[in-house]
Amino acid sequence: MRTGKHIKNILFRSIGLFVFLILWELAPRLGWVREIFLSPPSVVITALIEMLLDGSLMPHIVASLLRIFRGLLLAASVGVIMGLLFGYFRRVNQTLDLLFQFFRQISAFALFPVFILFFGLGEVSKTAIIFWASLWPILLNTSAGVRDVEPVLIRSVKSMGASKMYTFLNVILPGATPQIFTGIRLGGSYCVMAVVAAEMIGATSGLGYLVLYSQQIFKVPQMYAAIVALALLGIALNGMLGLLERFFSSWRKL
Amino acid sequence: MVKVQARSVKREYSIVNSVGKKETLSVLKGLDLDINEGEFITLLGQSGCGKTTFLNLLAGLEKEDEGEILIDGKPLSERDFNRGVVFQNYALLPWRTVIKNLEIGLEIRGVKKKERREIARKYLKLINLTAFENQYPHQLSGGMKQRVAIARVLVYEPELVLMDEPFAALDAQTRESLQIELIRIWEAHKKTIVFVTHSIDEAILLSDRIAFMSDGKVNEIIDVNLPRPRFKYMTSSSEFLKIHEKISFLLQEEAERLQSYGAYL
Repeated sequence: MRTGKHIKNILFRSIGLFVFLILWELAPRLGWVREIFLSPPSVVITALIEMLLDGSLMPHIVASLLRIFRGLLLAASVGVIMGLLFGYFRRVNQTLDLLFQFFRQISAFALFPVFILFFGLGEVSKTAIIFWASLWPILLNTSAGVRDVEPVLIRSVKSMGASKMYTFLNVILPGATPQIFTGIRLGGSYCVMAVVAAEMIGATSGLGYLVLYSQQIFKVPQMYAAIVALALLGIALNGMLGLLERFFSSWRKL
Repeated sequence: MVKVQARSVKREYSIVNSVGKKETLSVLKGLDLDINEGEFITLLGQSGCGKTTFLNLLAGLEKEDEGEILIDGKPLSERDFNRGVVFQNYALLPWRTVIKNLEIGLEIRGVKKKERREIARKYLKLINLTAFENQYPHQLSGGMKQRVAIARVLVYEPELVLMDEPFAALDAQTRESLQIELIRIWEAHKKTIVFVTHSIDEAILLSDRIAFMSDGKVNEIIDVNLPRPRFKYMTSSSEFLKIHEKISFLLQEEAERLQSYGAYL
């Protein structure tokens, strides 16, 4: 009974996706769009499977994943530490708030040329753009998490004689944890966007490179296959970080 | 023996008034009060009379502007003393299980893990929640949460227990059973308890003495000479009714005073 309902639910939720796939298939087939510009999904999926089987896709996925993890790890460490300081010390918060609001608005893509100027076309500038894109949601969510910890919890452990250190480690940090992971999940999705841009300039590997390169040599189905692979990668990463987020906020009342 | 001596304690806040101007709001205006060792004293009064502010001073969460508070004859600020606060909304750490919440005070005092668990279990039994050791606060009812909050404070044996309207958020039945439980625990441990409430019945049923506060001072102290143990049926005894009437009268007077003050403004 219940599994039947579950399957029904999934089917119901997939209607939009199915309609989209059918329209996509029909558009080039019926000549609404020229097929050399838009490959139908059946062709794209075939290309994707072929690339997976002949091993030409995997190195690009690995390259992109490595860049994402490097950038995200760096952004998470810097963002969480700075976010904790930023949220905990009111002085720090007051002096840096305007600056951070300003920085947050600067698109990582706009800064890419600057990074290239400083770090060259190699991996450093690529990590920098991914780092910048995911840093701000992590930092700002962390500091908001620190500030949103219920004051009465802090007051109660203080009244029990807790030191500042104890309060920080046992009340503020765990209290802010769910929001820290919300920030990391958000940062993760920004990462996937930034890695594409990073790989379109001066790269010879990665899914972003594959999209651009396939377009340049007119392998249109492969181009779409790489785009689909990017979407799947994003979904997988988001799902993983979502699980992590849920794990760390399991104590929160639903 | 006198445990706490408050001597003309004053506390002011600077606030921004409705016109946007800075103003000082004086909440405690020279409060005097002696609290005896081992007694159950209740602070009663209209909202805004300074009950909670005084409690916060005793809890060490705020500092007085003038006057002094002595604990065992020594200023509060110079003495590292143990107190426990029970808040109206429980203030349990939601990411910790019941037993881990009970251990907080011991953890702060550097008690070893095994001993901590042992002591915490003893108090868990005292509040009849042994079966809920590994539950999280959100899995408990309001009454259970408040029992945990009370036990959490008793665990590290504070010299002074401060309770800020601890039962105000609970339904009448739970409230009654917790009042009885609190009295049972208090009689077993004889801690000094300072209790804040709005309820006249609650104040009379629980306290040795009631300090009636108005306008940032203690106006009157009422001794409650009902025999212990106390029961709900005592609320119809003549002694109870006499005290009830007296406090109702004081509250009525206070309400009228505030009203005429409002009209004057």
